[in-house]
Amino acid sequence: MSFSEGWDTMGESIVVTSGKGGVGKSTTSVNIGTALALCGKRVCLVDTDIGLRNLDVLMGLENRIIYDIIDVIEERCDLKKALIKDKRCNDLYLLAAAQTKDKSSITSNQLRRIIAELKDEFDYVVIDSPAGIELGFQIAAAGADQAIVVTTPENAAVRDADRVIGLLEKEKLPTPKLIINRIKSHLTKNGGMMDVDEVVAVLAIHLLGIVPDDEQVIRAGNLGEPIAFDNSPAGKAYRNIAKRIQGEMVPLLVLDREVSMFRRMKKWFGFA
Amino acid sequence: MVNGVKPGITIKGTKDGLLFYLDDSRPFSDILSELRHKLEDDHAAKIWDGPEMNVLIKLGKRQITKLEEMALRELFASRKNLIIKHFESDGKPYLLEQESEIQMRVGTVRSGQIFSFEGNILFVGDINPGGVIRSTGDIYVLGALRGLAHAGSQGDQQAIIAASVLKPTQLRIADVISRPPDRWDESEVGMRFAYLVDHQIAVERLVHLSKIRSDKEWKGNR
Repeated sequence: MSFSEGWDTMGESIVVTSGKGGVGKSTTSVNIGTALALCGKRVCLVDTDIGLRNLDVLMGLENRIIYDIIDVIEERCDLKKALIKDKRCNDLYLLAAAQTKDKSSITSNQLRRIIAELKDEFDYVVIDSPAGIELGFQIAAAGADQAIVVTTPENAAVRDADRVIGLLEKEKLPTPKLIINRIKSHLTKNGGMMDVDEVVAVLAIHLLGIVPDDEQVIRAGNLGEPIAFDNSPAGKAYRNIAKRIQGEMVPLLVLDREVSMFRRMKKWFGFA
Repeated sequence: MVNGVKPGITIKGTKDGLLFYLDDSRPFSDILSELRHKLEDDHAAKIWDGPEMNVLIKLGKRQITKLEEMALRELFASRKNLIIKHFESDGKPYLLEQESEIQMRVGTVRSGQIFSFEGNILFVGDINPGGVIRSTGDIYVLGALRGLAHAGSQGDQQAIIAASVLKPTQLRIADVISRPPDRWDESEVGMRFAYLVDHQIAVERLVHLSKIRSDKEWKGNR
């Protein structure tokens, strides 16, 4: 392969992080990855939550893991062999985390090397970061060209997201983009939850997308079938986010409609 | 000296009086405590009793604030015969210029970040909850102040905190700390400033600032 060719096919690595746990980082990673793959991109998901892996569970690939990221680092297998192909998408792969080791078994440079190698093969490398701002997060961030910060519209989550944005800015990453997850429109309307504008005003970074709170997400996670395949509002939200990542202009979802309204809208768009 | 540490203060006698070299690589607080030890310690005290003597203080590359100068002068005041003639910094005026000057910085102070400043600061941007902006002088925020602001952090009780949106988690002026009421009336956070009255922090609308800072008031030449 000539130098210029290698340069042309260079992909982009995106770290998905949040600071606070339980806001939907892994779900977001999986669904962004799936939605990008549905757009015809070659995507590799990298789980860096070593010791607490769960991307494989969300994707329903748990029983297919033979080698994980630590096996690659400790050279028990080469990178290509450790990649697990998704059940549904041809161009979606997962590099699973090890379940038996801990965060200290990988260094920033080791991850950087793996990501660099993956970027030669894939259009997008989505890195799922562990919660917190310690070693695991720092290592995950080290391998990324871009960052996505996930938050829910709650004070505690927004605080932690703010802290993480500050830390990401210290790395030489471009300003991260924001996804607000689990928006309950009936709660924001009566003031029981921060609304999208409030969150964006505090965090002052570009909004990549909003995802409505949707029971289907939990169901899909348990079934190991990412919601991005689905025609639910959340599924559509993730597909929109994937389009925005590729530079398309897509308007934000309208959330303050009744569910039946969504159905009707889907009909207009020819989904149902 | 015994353990090889260079003293922070070197004293030399010259024909014009005593020369005090204050090491500019040490924190100023260390220098102060070493100086206090040298001047006030009983064993050393005898050396200082004597005829009146001029003192020249060399600060090296360090520049000091008005408050730091006052602290130094206070220490020397314990020895009546030592008279400070002047301060000197290498090639620069010894005082950090900050009086009545205002400097601008832009950006966002996020949760967990601390922005410290010497002098009066105009900050264009937001200070988010969990973030801290601290200054020895006034703090003016062109943006939303949602975190903690500490003005006059070295004891200046005249310092004020002003913001386009004054919705802090905590305000501090000099050594006074105050917390806003638990429930905010959204109409009462725009264009406000905080200042000290009777050792308490008061918040007023910015239009009333001319009462507190009447010396700064602009008057049309009618």
